[in-house]
This record gives sequence, C-alpha cells and structure tokens, in this order.
Amino acid sequence: MNKIILTSLILLLLASCGKDNDDALGYIPTPAEIATPLLFQQLIPEAVIPEDNPQTEEGIALGKRLFYDKRLSLDNSISCASCHRPQEGFSDSRTVSIGVDGAPGTRNSMPLVNLAFNYFGNFNWDGSAATLEEQHETPITSPIEMHSTFADITAMVEADANYPLQFEQAFNVTNVTKTEVTKALAQFVRTMVSGDSKFDRHLLGEATLTPQEQNGLDVFLDETRGDCFHCHGSPTNPLWTDNIFHNNGLDTTFDDRGRGDFTGDPNQFGQFKSPSLRNLAYTAPYMHDGRFATLEEVVNHYSEGLVYSDTIDPLMKAVDVGGVALSETDKADLVAFLLSLSDPSFINNPAFLPSNNP
Amino acid sequence: MKKIALLFIALVSFLACDNDDETATPVVESVVSISFTQSFDGSPITANEFNAISYTNENGEQLSISRLRYLMSDIVLTDANGTEAVIGDYSLVDVGENSGVLLEAPMTFEPGEYTLSMRFGFSDADNTNAAYPDLNAASWGVPAPLGGGYHYMQMEGMYINSEDVNTNYQYHTIRAAENPGEAPTLTDTSIAINLGTLTIEGSVTIIEVNMNIEEWYKNPIVWDLNELYTMLMPNYEAQIMMNQNGQNVFNLGLVNSAIDN
Ligand code: HEC
Ligand code: HEC
Repeated sequence: MNKIILTSLILLLLASCGKDNDDALGYIPTPAEIATPLLFQQLIPEAVIPEDNPQTEEGIALGKRLFYDKRLSLDNSISCASCHRPQEGFSDSRTVSIGVDGAPGTRNSMPLVNLAFNYFGNFNWDGSAATLEEQHETPITSPIEMHSTFADITAMVEADANYPLQFEQAFNVTNVTKTEVTKALAQFVRTMVSGDSKFDRHLLGEATLTPQEQNGLDVFLDETRGDCFHCHGSPTNPLWTDNIFHNNGLDTTFDDRGRGDFTGDPNQFGQFKSPSLRNLAYTAPYMHDGRFATLEEVVNHYSEGLVYSDTIDPLMKAVDVGGVALSETDKADLVAFLLSLSDPSFINNPAFLPSNNP
Repeated sequence: MKKIALLFIALVSFLACDNDDETATPVVESVVSISFTQSFDGSPITANEFNAISYTNENGEQLSISRLRYLMSDIVLTDANGTEAVIGDYSLVDVGENSGVLLEAPMTFEPGEYTLSMRFGFSDADNTNAAYPDLNAASWGVPAPLGGGYHYMQMEGMYINSEDVNTNYQYHTIRAAENPGEAPTLTDTSIAINLGTLTIEGSVTIIEVNMNIEEWYKNPIVWDLNELYTMLMPNYEAQIMMNQNGQNVFNLGLVNSAIDN
C-alpha cells in the first residue's frame, strides 16, 4: 500500500516537472517497423533509422499525404509523386524532370526504393545529401523542381483542416516547421522497400528462373563477360547496388560532372551513384540523364559503347575497343535476368499509393 | 598523412595527461590499435596518392592505384605465455574511403612482449558464403560460380601497356577456383602472416602493419601486367601466383607507444 502511495507521489512529481509549453500535447505516436524482407534480414545490416526521427504510424501516414500533395509546390501544380510516379517505379519516364512552370531539370529522376538501406548516407546521383531529411528540402525549394518555400508550406499546413492535428499526432507540435515536414516525408520514403521480385523468390526456392534468366545471371556474375556484380550487387547483396560512385564510361567529357561537382575533386568528375537494378521494368529511361530508353541500349553500352576518360572506373574492361563485346544471346539473356529483379507488388502496394481520405 | 598527424596528436595528448603521482601505481594497461598502411617501395600510399600514374613495378610498367580494399582476418596478439587475444575477427580496409584503417582492440594489454599474427583474406573455415552482412552490403562477395565466399583484395587502377595505351587493371585476389561453374575446385589462397615480436608499453600502443604494394608484382614472380591485368578472378594460375607474391607483402611498421612515467 505504502509503495503505491509512493509511486503515485513520484508520478505526480514527474508529471509536474513536464514542460509547460503548448508543444507538450501528450500525443504518443505509435512506433512502426520497416517491413524488412526475409532475404534482407538474412543478408544485410538493418535499415538505417535516425535516432531523432523514429518511424511511427502517424508520421508515415502524414509523410504519405505530403508526398502526394501538390500544394507543396509554388503553383500547386506538382507533388513529389509527379516526378516519382508509383507506376514508374517511383521514378519518371521523362528524360529529365520537369519542375513548376515547365522548367526542365538536368537529371533523370531517381527511383525511390530501399533507401532505408543506404548505409553510406549518400543520396542523389552525386551523393549531395547525407540524409533523406536533408534530401527532401532540395526538391521543395529548388527553382527547377517545386520552387516553394517552407514559409508557404507552413502557412498551407496551418490553414488545412487536417494537417495541424496530423502534425500534432506525429510530432507533438503545433508549430510546424521544415523539420517536421522533411521528417514525415523521410519516414514515408523509408517504408518504400522492395524485395519481392521473381529473383528474390527464386533465391527463397519459390520460383524457377528460365534458362535465359539463368544464363543472364551467369553473364552478370562472370568477370570475363558482364562483370556487373562488382558495382551492382549480387545474390548476396539484395540491394543490387554498391551505393557508391563510378564513371561507367558514358562520355569523354562531362556536361554534368556528377560527384565531382559536389566534392570539387577532379578525380571524381563524371562519377555517379550506381543505381539499384531493381524494378528496371518500370524505371526507363536509364542513366543520370535518361539517355538510354531501353535496357538493350544499356547493355550495348557496356558491351561495345564504353569510351575513355581520365576518371573511367578501373572495372570497365576493354575500353579501347568499347567493351568486351557480348554475344547477342548473352545480351538478350542479361536483359531477361535484369527484368527478373522487378517487383510488381512494390508498385502496386496500397501502402505506397495515395489514399482517398486525407 | 592526415592519419599520421592525427595519431601523433593523439599520442601527444595522451602524454600531456601524465600525472605527477610519485607513489607506486598499478600496472598501466595499454589501449592497442592496429594501423593499416600501404606503400609502394617506401613511399606511403593513401587516397591522396590515388589516380596518378606515378609508380613503376618490377617489370617496368607505370601504373596508378585508384581503388584498394583488402580484408584481414584473425588478428591476434599472443603474449609470452602463449595466451592469445583476438583483436578482430576481420577488418575490411578501404584505403579510398579511409575506413577500417585503424582497428582498436576490444581489450587492454599489460606491458610486455607479444607476437602479432593475422591472415590476408579469409581462411576456408571463415570464408562462408553470404555470412557477413556488412561485407555483403559492401559488395565484397565472390559469385557462386567461383565458389562464393569473399574477395581478399581489390586493387585497381590504370597502367600504360606495351602499346602505350592507358589500360584499366583489376588485381583481385580470391580463393583460387578451378573450373568455375557448378562445382569449382577450390584452393585456399589466403595468407597467414606472422608479423613477429613487438613491445607493448604505456597507456596507448599503435602498431603499424604496412602493405608493400610493390611486392605483389615482384617476388618471386615478376608480374607482367600486359599479360595479367584483367579477368583474374576466374584465372586459377594467376590466383596461385598472387598467393606466392603475397607472402612478404605485409610487414610490421612502426610501433608507437605513449609512455607514462
Ligand atoms: C521536378 C521533379 C522532382 C520532384 C517534384 C521531386 N523530385 Fe526527387 N528527385 C528528382 C531528381 C531529378 C532526382 C535526382 C537529383 C540529383 O541527383 O540531383 C531526385 C532524387 C530524389 C531522391 C534521392 C534518391 C536516391 O536514390 O538517392 C529522393 C529521396 C527524392 N528525390 C525524394 C523526393 C521527395 C520526397 C520529393 C517531394 C518533396 C521529391 N523528391 C520531389 C526529381 C524530383
Ligand atoms: C564500375 C561500376 C559499374 C559496373 C561494373 C556496371 N555498372 Fe551499371 N551503372 C554504374 C553507374 C555508376 C551507373 C549510373 C551512371 C550514370 O548515370 O552516369 C550505372 C547505370 C546502370 C543502369 C541504369 C539504371 C538506371 O536506373 O538508370 C543499368 C541498367 C546498369 N547500369 C546495368 C549494368 C549492367 C547490366 C552491367 C554489367 C554489364 C553494369 N551495369 C556494370 C556502374 C556500373
């Protein structure tokens, strides 16, 4: 009995020590887990969740609403999803992105997939953002993207019928700032995990590769033929990217210096982040500038289109003759294998698609 | 260079912490770290030296280094009584990213003489396919048709070939695999390295283990990059030769201690 009294006293004391400001609204958001596919659990380290932005049901729902909300742009014309379209693997079939007022960008949009598993903290083609939260600031304010301001967005949020309560429930704040907007978006983006392609199911013993896909895998893994695995993952790296920067021999000189523009290091001119090879069936066109419309063109590039520059990656072979010249069969099979990494359940997952009720 | 400066500062600041206590103090145990360094015949190589074609190997080819990653395993200090302390099961050294270059022991050491040993790559017993999540994420794996497991080293860059063309080379070492495919025959080509005896003393000891890159091209086989520059992973003979040349690549460098008195 005494113990109970004591406990209540302590609780009371603690309660009275709480901050008296309006921000302490007492909402406790519901923690959420990243749905990690079995293969990921077996093969790679856990998802990276920043300590100051844990995943919560409320935060994710809010992030999703923001992701699809065109009012995040200057003239209410585009949302994140305008350039990261679900049916296009959360990328964009246009060669380069088009911002508000039809302003053309300089780069092909990137697919949003498995970004919670980027352990090296390098987002964008050139690694210019170290966290997702930081990344999300740029499209919102960039003149060639959404061209808005966080002041405008805060005002929009405050005037909305539902946002204020949603922000309170997710972050326990009434004063919405850039921080909460980007945190909510990042929580949603982190949920976008793809790991249920035919190839994943093959690894789990639930699907069988066709002979073409199997030969394509062999080409991919063979140092004398495709040798793609050194940069693009393998059956033991289910991300299908190394998430680092390479010059894969596209150009002799660079209009866009990629990583080198960001770091200023001439040794990195022309380097871009290896993209994941998941969901290529939906994410055409390819490369940082969307120069290749088809996977056949991509494979032809590696097979006979390589060109020399000082920073070309040392993994590129037979550069003086354009590449290792794959046979037509190997090329076709390689494409068949690449397509087996596409995951229809990802682009059709209702959790990632716009919901009707805000 | 930066690293050395840093180590120096660390040492100096430890020294500066000396206390003037005259009374007998208990034995100071040493915090021990292994510092992995690289050189090409004496000149240090860090990421700063990458990409310049400014080294000449024994066979006379000029070359650059633009990526260098290697795996050391079973890193063990053995005291005079034969008691072993495992400093690390494995460490992936990535020179370009400057990661894995300094490995701190999880335990401290009493002053004394120790021998240091480690292994270049994984021995067969440890070279289990897909077993190490961090190495999987670093795309360090070897494809199944070559026997799976992990790379030992990826050393890459450009060399000027006999036709005067700048040419990429990939000096990758793995467990040698004969007849790649369904059932390759595998030969453990990892290298046991005994770095000899060293003295641990003071509150901090930093032990340098240096890779002399030139050795990979030199001894006992004078390596001809014109012949052996690419697609070496499935080349069984090349892997055996790399193993032979690797025997004397690693040496004990400086052992720096911060001595309290
Ligand atoms: C106008 C088109 C456009 C809009 C709108 C847009 N993006 Fe992007 N997004 C891009 C492009 C282009 C890139 C590549 C940028 C670069 O490399 O410079 C990119 C890159 C990214 C990346 C990096 C992915 C990776 O793999 O590193 C993330 C994350 C991202 N966008 C999220 C968002 C979010 C969230 C929004 C909404 C706030 C948004 N984007 C709005 C075009 C757009
Ligand atoms: C040296 C590392 C490296 C190797 C080896 C490599 N790639 Fe790439 N790959 C890259 C980089 C970097 C990019 C992005 C380049 C850019 O946009 O400028 C890329 C882009 C791609 C893309 C476009 C993806 C997209 O979303 O735009 C595909 C497809 C692709 N590679 C497939 C392959 C195949 C197949 C192989 C083997 C034949 C291969 N790669 C070998 C580094 C590499």
